[in-house]
Amino acid sequence: MSAAAPRVAGVAASVDAPLVEVQDLSKVFDVSAPWLNRVLEGKPRQKVHAVDGVSFAIRRGTTLALVGESGCGKSTVARLLVGLYAPTAGSLRFDGQDTRAVLASPQAQALRRRMQMIFQDPYASLNPRWRVRDIVAEPLREHRLLDGREPIERRVGELLQSVGLAAADAVKFPHQFSGGQRQRISIARALATQPEFLVCDEPTSALDVSVQAQVLNIMKDLQRARGLTYLFISHNLAVVRHVADEVGVMYLGRLVEIAPKRTLFAAPRHPYTRMLLDAIPDIHMTGRARTPVQGEVPNPLDPPSGCAFHPRCPHANARCGAERPVLLEREGVRVACHAVEEGRLAVGG
Amino acid sequence: MNTPATPLLQVQNLRVEFPTRHGTLLALDDISFDIAPGEILGVVGESGAGKSLTGAAIIGLLEPPGRIAAGRILLDGRRIDDLDADAMRKIRGRQIGAIFQDPLTSLNPLYTVGRQLVETIRTHLPMDEAQARERAVDLLRQTGIPAPEARIDQYPHQFSGGMRQRVVIALALAAQPRLIVADEPTTALDVSIQAQIIALLKRLAREQGAAVMLVTHDMGVIAETCDRVAVMYAGRIAEIGPVHEVIHRPAHPYSKGLMGSIPAMDEDRERLLQIDGAMPRLNAIPRGCAFNPRCPGVHDRCRRERPELADAGATRAACWLAGRGAEAAR
Repeated sequence: MSAAAPRVAGVAASVDAPLVEVQDLSKVFDVSAPWLNRVLEGKPRQKVHAVDGVSFAIRRGTTLALVGESGCGKSTVARLLVGLYAPTAGSLRFDGQDTRAVLASPQAQALRRRMQMIFQDPYASLNPRWRVRDIVAEPLREHRLLDGREPIERRVGELLQSVGLAAADAVKFPHQFSGGQRQRISIARALATQPEFLVCDEPTSALDVSVQAQVLNIMKDLQRARGLTYLFISHNLAVVRHVADEVGVMYLGRLVEIAPKRTLFAAPRHPYTRMLLDAIPDIHMTGRARTPVQGEVPNPLDPPSGCAFHPRCPHANARCGAERPVLLEREGVRVACHAVEEGRLAVGG
Repeated sequence: MNTPATPLLQVQNLRVEFPTRHGTLLALDDISFDIAPGEILGVVGESGAGKSLTGAAIIGLLEPPGRIAAGRILLDGRRIDDLDADAMRKIRGRQIGAIFQDPLTSLNPLYTVGRQLVETIRTHLPMDEAQARERAVDLLRQTGIPAPEARIDQYPHQFSGGMRQRVVIALALAAQPRLIVADEPTTALDVSIQAQIIALLKRLAREQGAAVMLVTHDMGVIAETCDRVAVMYAGRIAEIGPVHEVIHRPAHPYSKGLMGSIPAMDEDRERLLQIDGAMPRLNAIPRGCAFNPRCPGVHDRCRRERPELADAGATRAACWLAGRGAEAAR
């Protein structure tokens, strides 16, 4: 590797080392009114901390899911990881290399090839005027992975087959496919460069459940066959529970709890995680009486002081309103909550 | 659960067609069901199965060129499917309340929430301005909006998504309708808000005896909310029955596939059950049972003859195999 792509000694060599590491990642968006309005109408500068000091790591071949309600910053994290946004602060490492440094270096193309993204809306993410073969072949051409018409067509056929479509589908246009099939075309396109890391932003949210099952099954099969690493963004906890190895819960730009899937679902610690788990309607809990959830996510322009969740939290006290809790690790679970830290809150079941 | 004698809404052999240049599309084919007062009927199915269309036909808001080609819709024993637009408008709002998916497009952004509520109340109920306003505040309070006296004079954009949906529900309830048709009322909302809206719908059915038709693709919501559920496929009802039975002991192979494809919160499965293929388009519905090309247990008869809804254990299913044994399917 060149000097522009520094490696941390020893980290990249180990098999168990995380493929993706994120340290204190932050992204601030300036949403101020235009300059003239600020001058004439005295409107203030406004900033949204869409992602605020998030840290996590994803081990090779595993899936980290980020969950949270709309506006919690999970999609921003996804876009930061693949370089669609530049972070305001914090570091991103991929396979031991600092991605920001690499993306600014001549090796950028090689790194981009190793990580790909699948978007939520399969109706908007495929060019309607392109045939499927051109859509799937675009990364092959862009990255000059294959030359000549025949090898590219053969590869496109293989890619389509790997997601359960027919090689003959290559000549069709996106509108000839259903939503689930389109999402599989997106997956085939993402796999074209043989990436190691896939960032999936709500990949099944726009799909019907039976179609969602097809897509989730394919994603799991591909992971097993190719050792893929996923960052899976979703608001659907049941889907997350099905696909993830580890789950991070976000609230107003911050990671409030991150734990192995089983632990998180069996014994959620953070009050927000408990609230989310309490709120999901589940098909096997017919007639169950639910704890009514109070309040809504506050305006991200004006987040509450201290712990962002404290206005809705049944366990909040003065400290929660004043001091921002940090993620503390205990028994493999990292939680940012004063009540948990002080032992005021028993581990939930 | 509760099965009072007289149904409030009766849908009988409803058939909705869309005439197009390439022939007539049969969007709803022989749909029959009823809903009793205080009962919540869930309608599930994939996009294009006809669930929203069924709701639209009941409230008389079918988009042209769609039209009711056959069948009857009765509200409280009185036919409403053949009423003219004016008569139907009076029923809509007064007797049938409608809640749609997107709360922002259901509200007028230029009027305060209070003005929209008061107007709706006064259109349907004999009240003066002050009484109507009092009722409006009361409705907002019932739907869980904090400080309704202050918020009533605000505009829709000053409300968050969940709050707006409550306003829409308050509007739908303004004239104390006896039937509420809710089309994906929680789909655009976050889970925590969704839970609050569901609790509200349940309370309305229980306390005011309203009959609710809840259209959604979210089986979790159905399981939590409904007394009975109808599973739709390709414009037909595949299965209808008590919600617990349909979820845990579905009789129709499509319902089985649908339930199996949902990731559950309380069990681990390496793979989800998947129904291969996709629902047929309206212009290519197969002969016989519409599900037969995807059905794992398909028989000859399924390809020839369309099964009608028939008793299948605790539910009613449109399947030659369900509750009748393989003999019936030959």
